[in-house]
Amino acid sequence: MKEKKLKYTLISTASVFCFLLIWYLIADVFKVFPSSTFPSPFKVATAFVRKLTVTTPDGGTLGKHLIASLKVVLLGYLLGIVIGVPLGILMGWYRRVDLIVKPLFDLIRPIPPVGWIPLMILWLGIGIQAKATVIFVSAVTPAIINAYTGIKQTNPVHIWVARTFGASNFETLLKVGIPSALPMIFAGLKVSLGASWMALVAAEMLASTEGLGYMIQMNRMVGKADNIMVGMITIGLVGALLTYILETLEKKLVKGGRNK
Amino acid sequence: MISCKHVSKTFENNGQKNEVLKDISLEVAENEFVVILGPGQCGKTTLVNIMAGLDHETAGSVTVNGKQVDGPAPERGVVYQKTALFPWLTVEGNVGFGPKMAGLPKKERKEKAKHYIDLVGLSGFEKSYPIKLSGGMRQRVGIARAYCNNPSVLLMDEPFGHLDAQTRYLMQEEVERIWSQDKRTVVFITNNIEEALYLADRIILLSNCPTTVRNEFKIDLPRPRDYISPEFLKLREEISKHVETTE
Ligand SMILES: Nc1ncnc2c1ncn2[C@@H]1O[C@H](COP(=O)(O)OP(=O)(O)OP(=O)(O)O)[C@@H](O)[C@H]1O
Ligand SMILES: [Mg+2]
Repeated sequence: MKEKKLKYTLISTASVFCFLLIWYLIADVFKVFPSSTFPSPFKVATAFVRKLTVTTPDGGTLGKHLIASLKVVLLGYLLGIVIGVPLGILMGWYRRVDLIVKPLFDLIRPIPPVGWIPLMILWLGIGIQAKATVIFVSAVTPAIINAYTGIKQTNPVHIWVARTFGASNFETLLKVGIPSALPMIFAGLKVSLGASWMALVAAEMLASTEGLGYMIQMNRMVGKADNIMVGMITIGLVGALLTYILETLEKKLVKGGRNK
Repeated sequence: MISCKHVSKTFENNGQKNEVLKDISLEVAENEFVVILGPGQCGKTTLVNIMAGLDHETAGSVTVNGKQVDGPAPERGVVYQKTALFPWLTVEGNVGFGPKMAGLPKKERKEKAKHYIDLVGLSGFEKSYPIKLSGGMRQRVGIARAYCNNPSVLLMDEPFGHLDAQTRYLMQEEVERIWSQDKRTVVFITNNIEEALYLADRIILLSNCPTTVRNEFKIDLPRPRDYISPEFLKLREEISKHVETTE
């Protein structure tokens, strides 16, 4: 086990290192593209450090933009899952809720979350509400679908077991339906998180005065590729970090493993 | 005490009728160990589910301890054909599930679970999750779980059907031992004559679909039985003749 882990770490480190090396070779050694549009890893690293304190040309430090983005994304995401997961669970368990909600849901679902942006700008301006709403829409859909599917896949024999022990329908939902759907629910939470983070960047590019997406957009206008890359890398790193936090939580909550 | 009177069951799928059980009548006395022996796909699970109250007969009636069965109840414990342990609960959590639903306080629940975990020979595995257990161990947990709720009737639906031969023998001996120590009314389903002979006070032989009661055999051999004693082999020979004619 330990050896395997070590091997894994070695290979992934080597892979990242190779990527950086090739990037460096293309940018600095062979100079395939002009360095203003294709900066080397070192230039991007310098820009990263500089952006921690400098506010030009986009009106904020990296930290300020990051916090602005995180605020929006967490607000929209948390709202999305707090509403989406219970709704999906109820739809999956109670036929009546399913009948009422499903047709509406099936109609709204095909509209891509960014398709909501124009309407939201019109209604709510370009503040936090408009963006949070767009992110809410991105987060809520996978949360609903996965919770719904997870509940629907409950092993009928497990439901029988609960019923023969005298559990009511609601108790059966709490003690059997939800625990057995939990791995699916967590998969949904991860998909939701990815979708939220992507929608955020799109929303900020179109309707914002701060945030990582906005920062990227501003630097495109003044042609600063290094700052664009700093923004992109930050988005990647923070996205990975958020997923990692979620996976840690999953390991704590989902017990016993599931492929009998 | 269980009593099935003229129980029939017809499934209907898209207008197609499938008569599975046809006029089944049988009685099981208190603390009697009855084995229902029937061929594959003849409706054994359907019959158990009807006795458990998980499914409903289309004609006839089932009573347990004088009361009409009209839904599942804790007094009828079921050990299922497919391992039906909750993968998200430990052995202790699975065995203590019934008492928890019955509203027993945690301490009592734990003691009770411990008692039955010991009884099925799984002491030391209280904190293990089902995924870590072998097939035989999982069925032991299933038996402990059914027992732990103190049912007057135990319905066991081919609990050892998918175990390897060696484990199967071992589990038969275990069930016999557990039942001798803690007597209940048992209905045990199987398609294996040897298993039926080893366990049963009485064997009820079912026919092919649509299924009826074909024959009954009272088994008076002393317990625990010996798989290779002449009496055992003789009975086995005799019953297998009847089984063959039902095919
Ligand atoms: N819910 C159902 N709807 C329709 N048909 C069903 C249903 N449940 C069972 N059947 C049919 O009833 C018949 C008997 O099924 P059942 O599972 O009771 O048999 P079994 O004797 O337990 O089989 P096995 O030996 O595989 O355990 C099968 O042909 C099956 O297709
Ligand atoms: Mg069956």
